Amino acid sequence: MKIAFATSGNNVSAPLESRFGRASKFLIYDLENQSFEIIDNQQNLAAAQGAGIQAAETVVRSGAKALVSGHCGPKAFRVLAAAGVKIYASDAATIADAVAKYKAGELKESSGADVQGHW
Amino acid sequence: MTLAIASGKGGTGKTTLAVNLARAYARPLQLLDCDVEEPNAHLFLPGTEAASEVATIPVPEVDESRCDGCGECSRFCAYHAIVSTGTKALVFAEMCHGCGGCPRVCPRQAIREVPRRIGMVERRQAGDIALVTGRLDVGSVLAPPLIREVKRRLDPSLPAVIDAPPGTSCPVVTAVRGADFVLLVTEPTPFGLHDLQLAVDTLRELAQPFAVVLNRAGAGDDRVHRYCREAGIAIMMEIADDRRIAEAYSRGRLVFDAVPEYRALFSGLADTLLGGQGG
Repeated sequence: MKIAFATSGNNVSAPLESRFGRASKFLIYDLENQSFEIIDNQQNLAAAQGAGIQAAETVVRSGAKALVSGHCGPKAFRVLAAAGVKIYASDAATIADAVAKYKAGELKESSGADVQGHW
Repeated sequence: MTLAIASGKGGTGKTTLAVNLARAYARPLQLLDCDVEEPNAHLFLPGTEAASEVATIPVPEVDESRCDGCGECSRFCAYHAIVSTGTKALVFAEMCHGCGGCPRVCPRQAIREVPRRIGMVERRQAGDIALVTGRLDVGSVLAPPLIREVKRRLDPSLPAVIDAPPGTSCPVVTAVRGADFVLLVTEPTPFGLHDLQLAVDTLRELAQPFAVVLNRAGAGDDRVHRYCREAGIAIMMEIADDRRIAEAYSRGRLVFDAVPEYRALFSGLADTLLGGQGG
């Protein structure tokens, strides 16, 4: 199973990004073989609107079945939830920490958006 | 004849010019307040609203029993207002610009359009002036479709003055497009010149004929004069930096009525640009 992480870095020691739609990158981590790929999200940094929706589409298309981000807004949540992607808010310091917490079952699944749009 | 009044910089005197030209024309004409995010021409004119209508844009509604999640609508929509990632299409109506594309690209006819309110179009008759005002709802961001609704009410048998929004983006382009002539109002300040140049670039891109009106002439410096001379742009009128004009404005009065010595200035320009032999 693949998990998407919002981040500004290029590997699992990078910090989690608190924002989802305007995170600069997504790290897609594959739990089975412990590999990852980086997906650029730069186009959304400058988007006037719709960043959350577009970022959510990117994550869904990556094949990830879960997203770990600092926060997630309402439109992104709707798109991810409709596609069956589980959303976890985490204040873990790094992606590696968040992966460890996920494996240990310590991440709590979000039941709704935890911030307003344009947060 | 349709005359649009625009500016790069806000607060240079578009509405002042528009309402005073309309008043000075002294014959039946239309005044279209297309500054729909903050319409204010009505504040300077007598009368009350004669009629108001709700303005809407068409937004998609998905029949989930027909949608198979093919994603054609989602790929088509530039604004991410309809999203399908292998799932039934989700609609974000507040993102929709009402272009009408998604129902047409849907191969299963699963999308129909429903109206979504964006604002009001108000009408008022103030003497010879038939005022049409667009008023965008608070929270709505779609000025261009509402501006088009206001302009749809143009009566081609009457001259018209369009009070455009400030800036150089889509609402301005929508307001001035199709006008026979555009007046760019500016002031003799660094900001006034900077934003005038942006507006000039916009109008040249649109191939719209235009000239400049310099407001608050005497304040600031001569940089707008120098620029217009070098760029070959006519300054058709200068309105002095006169405290009496500001006082009249602050009370919602027309300069034409409150400071009669400027009447000839407005009447002359109105007759030149809107046609006719004086009122």
